[in-house]
Amino acid sequence: MPEKPAIPSEADTRHRSLGLSDAELEMIVEVLGRSPSDVELAMYSVMWSEHCSYKSSRVHLSRLPTEGDHVLVGPGENAGVVDVGDGIAVALRIESHNHPSAVEPYQGAATGVGGIIRDIFTMGARPIALMDPLFIGPLDDPHSRYILDGVVRGIAGYGNAVGVPTVGGQLTLSEVYSGNPLVNVFCLGVLPIERLVLSAASGIGNLAMLLGSRTGRDGIGGVSVLASAGFRHDDAGKRPSVQIGDPFEEKRLIEACLELLDRHLAVGIQDLGGAGLACATSETAARAGLGMEVDAAAVPRREPGMTALEVMTSESQERMLAIVTPGDLEQVQQVCARFEVEATVIGRVTAPDGDGVARLRVREAHSGRPVAELPAASLSDGAPRYRRPMSPPDGSFSAGEDPDRLPQPSNCGADLLDLLGDPQWVYRQYDHQLFANTIVGPGEGDATVLRLAGPGIPTTSRALALSTDANPGWCRLDPRVGTAATVAESVLNVACAGSRALALVNCLNFGNPEHPEVMWQLSAAIDGMAEACRELSVPVVGGNVSLYNEHDGIDIEPTPVVAVLGLIDELVVAPPRIGLGGGDSLVLLGVTETLLGGSSWARDLHRARGGRLFSLDLAAHRRLVGLVRSLVAVQLVGPPGTAAGTAAGTAARRAGRAGAGGGSPGALVSGLHDVSAGGLAVALAELSVASGLGLTASGVAGHRELFSESSSRVVVSTPEPALLLRRAEEAGVPGAVLGAVGGDRLVIDGLVDLAVSELAERSRARLPEALDGLAAKS
Amino acid sequence: MSGRPAVAVVVFPGSNCEFDVAAALGSVGCRAELVWHREGSLAGFDAAVIPGGFAHGDYLRPGAIARFSPVMAAVGELAASGAPLLGICNGFQVLTEAGLLPGALARNAGLRFVCETVDCVVESSESVLTAGLAPGSVLRLPINHFEGRYCCDEMTLHRLESSRRVVLRYAGDPNGSIARIAAISNDAGNVVGCMPHPERAVDELLGSSDGRQLLESFAAAAARRRASAAFA
Repeated sequence: MPEKPAIPSEADTRHRSLGLSDAELEMIVEVLGRSPSDVELAMYSVMWSEHCSYKSSRVHLSRLPTEGDHVLVGPGENAGVVDVGDGIAVALRIESHNHPSAVEPYQGAATGVGGIIRDIFTMGARPIALMDPLFIGPLDDPHSRYILDGVVRGIAGYGNAVGVPTVGGQLTLSEVYSGNPLVNVFCLGVLPIERLVLSAASGIGNLAMLLGSRTGRDGIGGVSVLASAGFRHDDAGKRPSVQIGDPFEEKRLIEACLELLDRHLAVGIQDLGGAGLACATSETAARAGLGMEVDAAAVPRREPGMTALEVMTSESQERMLAIVTPGDLEQVQQVCARFEVEATVIGRVTAPDGDGVARLRVREAHSGRPVAELPAASLSDGAPRYRRPMSPPDGSFSAGEDPDRLPQPSNCGADLLDLLGDPQWVYRQYDHQLFANTIVGPGEGDATVLRLAGPGIPTTSRALALSTDANPGWCRLDPRVGTAATVAESVLNVACAGSRALALVNCLNFGNPEHPEVMWQLSAAIDGMAEACRELSVPVVGGNVSLYNEHDGIDIEPTPVVAVLGLIDELVVAPPRIGLGGGDSLVLLGVTETLLGGSSWARDLHRARGGRLFSLDLAAHRRLVGLVRSLVAVQLVGPPGTAAGTAAGTAARRAGRAGAGGGSPGALVSGLHDVSAGGLAVALAELSVASGLGLTASGVAGHRELFSESSSRVVVSTPEPALLLRRAEEAGVPGAVLGAVGGDRLVIDGLVDLAVSELAERSRARLPEALDGLAAKS
Repeated sequence: MSGRPAVAVVVFPGSNCEFDVAAALGSVGCRAELVWHREGSLAGFDAAVIPGGFAHGDYLRPGAIARFSPVMAAVGELAASGAPLLGICNGFQVLTEAGLLPGALARNAGLRFVCETVDCVVESSESVLTAGLAPGSVLRLPINHFEGRYCCDEMTLHRLESSRRVVLRYAGDPNGSIARIAAISNDAGNVVGCMPHPERAVDELLGSSDGRQLLESFAAAAARRRASAAFA
C-alpha cells in the first residue's frame, strides 16, 4: 500500500483560518525562532491583516507628499495634526467601516464613528466635527434601503449621543455598492498645541492602564475576518465579528482622557480599535523602542472564561490604553473615578532584553510562563510588504457605451429632475449644530464652515472649512485623472468658502488587491492624488486603505475619498453659500470640456459607462482656486454691522429669503457653487433651489455642455459681472456671463424650462419617499 | 451678594450641551458653573439649567435614571424655593421624569431624529424664559431630538392652556407634539422645560440670535433672584 502524503496536522493549518498565508507563517517562525503559540498566532493574524498592516498598499503610499510648514504630525500616528495658528492645532483622520456596516449597518456605522473619535482624542484633541461619505446601492433595491437607513441611524445614534456634531458628508447611490456598501467617517478635533501627545509607551517601569469598557467577546478577529476579505452572499454569519458601540461610555472616556492629558497625567495614550490590545500594546511599545509586560488576567472582562487569546484580540469598543508613571497612578485613578470610567493597571513598560530586542510578553497571571513572547516591533512594523502584480484593465473596466455618441435627449429638463436628490433627509437626522460652531451647515455651501472654537481653546477669529469628495464614475474611467480631479474639486470647495487648503486625509476604498487590475487602479489613483496634492500644495497628513471591497468576486469601482481642511484667517461675516442674489448676473468661471464619460448623466440615467474622461489642467485649476479664495476671503472680514451680523439676517431667513446668505450687501460674490456631479445643469438647479429664485442662462450649446462634469468650474452670482470678469482676467482665469437671476423658473435657453418649485419638490422628496416608506412598513 | 447671577449647569454623565449652555449664559451676563450630578447641594446658586444630551445614556428612557442622581434633590429644592430652573431638550425630559413638570416626551412622530432650525411662537410671557417677550412673536430656534413629542392627558393639556403655561409653540409640526407644544412651565413660571435649544441661537453668524432673547429673560430672572436673596 503506497504511503499517503502526510495530512497536515491541525497545528499546520490553523493559520489559514486566521487569514495568514503559508509564507506569512514561515516569516513568523523565523522571527520567533520557533512555532508560534495560539495566542501569538492570533496576534500576528490581526496585526498582519490588510486592515492593520497596509501590506498591499504601503509601497505605493510612500509616493504621496506629506510635508508642509504647518504639519505637526503626518501619516502613521492615530491622526494627522496641523498648526492652524494662535496656539491652536487641528487633528484630523478619515477611516472606513465598510465591512462591518455591510454586515450590521447600525452597529457597523456606529462603531466606525466611535473609533474615529477615539483616534482624535488620543492626540489630545477635543473632537468637534464628524463627516460621513456614504456609498450605497440604489434606492429601488430594498436591501440598499435597509443599509442606508441603518447606517444613517447608526451614525446619528452614536454621534448625536456622544456629543460630536456631524457636519457634512456625501451620499452616492450606485448599483456598484449594492453588495459592498462603503461607510467612511471623518473626524476633526481641536487642541491647544501644548496638549499634543503621541502614543509612545516611553519610560521603563511606567504602567500600562486600560481605561473604559470591560473586554468582551465582541469583534474578535474583526480586522482579519471582516476587513481583510471580500464578501459573498452568506455574510450574516460574520455578524459576531461586528462590535457593539456604547456612546455613553465614550463620552465619559473623552472627558476623562482630555482631563488626564490637560493635567499631564498620561505619558502616552492609544485607543483600542482594530486588533484590540494586541495592537495597542505592541504599537505603543514599538514606538518607544521598548517592551511591555501584559497581564491578561488583570484585564476586566464582561464574562468569565475568556482566554488570553480572546482578551488580546477582542475589539470591544470604548477602551483606551494609557501609559502613566507610578507616581501619578493615584491621581489617574481619581480622575477616572470622577468620570465613572473604569481604570485598571494591566501591564508595565519594560527595557529591551539582553539581546537588544524589546519584547511584548503576555501572561495569564503575574507569575507563570508567558502565553505570548514576541518582539513588539515585529507585530506593528514587521508585517510583510507586498509589491503585488499590477496590470491595466483589459478593457472590461472602461468598457461600456460611449455616452458622447448618445443623441441629445428630447427633454433635458426631465433628465435634470432625475439627477436631483437633496441629502437633507440624511443631515436632518444628525446633530450638526453642537458646540455652536456651524456657520455653513451640511449642504448649504460647497464646504462646511466652522468657527475654530471649542471648550478650552483660545479665542480666535479664524475659521475652518471642510469638504469630503469622491467620484467613482470618474475614477473608473481613469483612476489617475479621476483621483486628481477629486482632490482638485475638494480644494476648490474649501476655496469657495474663502479658505486656503491646509491638509488632506484620504480613505482609499478599492477591490481585491490580489486582482492585478485593482492594484493598478490603486497605484494610478495614488499617482493622481500625489500629482494634484503637489501642484495644489496640499500635504497628505493621514489616510486609510480599505481593500477587498468586492461582492461575489466583483470588485467595487475605485473609490478614493478625500477630506480637505481649509483655514480662513479671519471670519467676521459668514461666507456666501450655494445661492443667488436677486437681480444678480451669473458668471461661469472656467471652461467646459464637452465630454460625458464618467458623468452622472451618462451612468445613472443612460447606463453608458464607457467613453473618455475630461482632462485636468492643474495649473489652471490652481489659478481658479486662488481667484475664488481671494474673492470670498475679502468679504469675510467685514464691514461690520452688515446684514449678516444683525437680526436683519434672521428676519430675511424667516421671510424665506435664504438668498445668497451671508455675503454683505454690495459684495462682489453673493452666492456661488462649483460645477461637479450632474454638471452645469445640476449646479444651476441647486443654486435656484437653495435661494428660491429663478434664473435664465443662455449660450449652453447642448446636452453635452449641460451635463459635462469637466473640472475647474465655478458659477458665481454677482451684482457686478464686469468687475468680476476683470478680476478673473487679471488672475488668468477664463470667465463669461452665463445669464441672470430673476423670475421663478429655471430657464436654460432651448434645453430646460422648469418651475423652481418643481425642482425643489422633486429634489427634496427623493430620499424621504424611498426611505420613510420603508420605515412606515417595518 | 452682588455681581453677576450664579447659574448652575447640571452635568450628568452623558450630558453634551453643557459647554454651549455655559458659554451662552456667560454671554448674557451670568456666571455659569458646571456642577457634576453627584453634588448634593446647589447652595450659592441663583438659578440652574439642565442642558441637553443623553444623561446616563438615556438608557431605559430619557431622564429616567437621571432623576435619581444625587443632585436632583437639590434641583427640586431650588425649584420649590422659586428660583429659575430651565431644562433644555434632555433637561426637559429629566424635569418631567422628576415630576417637576407634567407630561412626558415621547419618540418623534416620524420615528427619526430631527435636527433643524424651526419657527416657534411665544405663547406666554409669564415664565422666566419669556418674561418681556411679546406673545405672538416668532423665534427661530434649533431643535435636536429623537424624543421630543410632548404628550399629556386632556386634563393636563386643558390646565396648561388655561393657565398660560404653554411657553412656546411650534409654528409647524416637526415632531407630533400635542398642541404643537415646544416649551411649558410650572404654575409659578419659574420652572421651564424647553425642547428647542436657545443656546444654539445666540449669534447671527450661526443662523439665528433669537435664543439670546430667551436667555436674557432667564438671566434677568436669575439676577432678580440674586438681588432678592441679597435683601433677605
